[in-house]
Amino acid sequence: MSDSTAIRDAYWRGVRHGLPFLLVIVPFGLLFGVAATNAGLDLAQVMGFSIMVIAGAAQFTALQLMGDHAPVVLVLAASLAVNLRMAMYSAALTPHLGKAKTWQKALVAYFMVDQAYALAANEYESHREMSRAEKLAYYAGVCTPVCPNWYVATLVGALVGAQIPPEFALDFAVPITFLAMIGPALRTLAHVAAALVSVVGALALSFLPSGVGLMIAALAAMVTGAQVELWVARRKAVQG
Amino acid sequence: MNGYSDALVWGIIAALGVGTFYLRFSFLGFLGDRQLPEWALRYLRYTPVAVLPGLVAPLVLWPSGTGGEPDPARLIAAFAALGVGIITRNTLWAILGGLGALYLSLWLVG
Repeated sequence: MSDSTAIRDAYWRGVRHGLPFLLVIVPFGLLFGVAATNAGLDLAQVMGFSIMVIAGAAQFTALQLMGDHAPVVLVLAASLAVNLRMAMYSAALTPHLGKAKTWQKALVAYFMVDQAYALAANEYESHREMSRAEKLAYYAGVCTPVCPNWYVATLVGALVGAQIPPEFALDFAVPITFLAMIGPALRTLAHVAAALVSVVGALALSFLPSGVGLMIAALAAMVTGAQVELWVARRKAVQG
Repeated sequence: MNGYSDALVWGIIAALGVGTFYLRFSFLGFLGDRQLPEWALRYLRYTPVAVLPGLVAPLVLWPSGTGGEPDPARLIAAFAALGVGIITRNTLWAILGGLGALYLSLWLVG
């Protein structure tokens, strides 16, 4: 098989693997467009979020805290904290793509959404013989259906958002979206413990100016998660 | 948007865009093959579950749609979304489950 055929195959395999994620991306983007428009952002600002940030959870976080009139520093701190996981993704992809050209790495970085990372990491681990060009082609393939449709869905949501009547209780679509991301993330006892500390802390500190209590609760929750992980590992080591 | 000038909203969007890009580019672009220390990875693993639950809890207990009054329909919907997400490990099913429960209980309660 010639190089260009292998690269083309890798690209289309990525497209095929990325397609099912439209079922997540499209409703999520629609909701962001609706919620951001109802929060009072104009169309350019709504699209600015989805094009410049291209990270759903962080966009919703920023939107929520801005709705609460939180100080700008806290809006940025909380939203970037939600995106810290992407530094992990970056570290995990570096052995595979670290030697690519800088402009290629910049594009990989810009499009590094959860789905692109998860599919690529899995593919690279299970097909270790892939060349760097094939790996880049696969990544581009995954992003082809996923990323442009994030913009399109946001746009549609922003355009129809203002016309949805209040009986649809879309005020609650944002909390439901957050909860839907939390459930699958509760993988271990440490994750559950961190989530509980986060909830209790945020509620107990809700008298503080908006955003402040959340930051304190989140820091306590991160420490809790890390400590519970160490504790569980030690127990296993003792028993084993 | 209330309380923020247009310029400030654009400032937030731009700062988030640049900050997020640097997080994504960090290791690929600057740090090469250097490994993050184990303790740093351990904290990073828990950032989403440390931030999102605390963000959502007040929205569930004191929803804006009812002027901050706790609301049975919205509480049921919240537990449905969380429960479906834990069972199916799938965000889309959890959203659909939560919205389904919300409309069903809003319709039943009135």
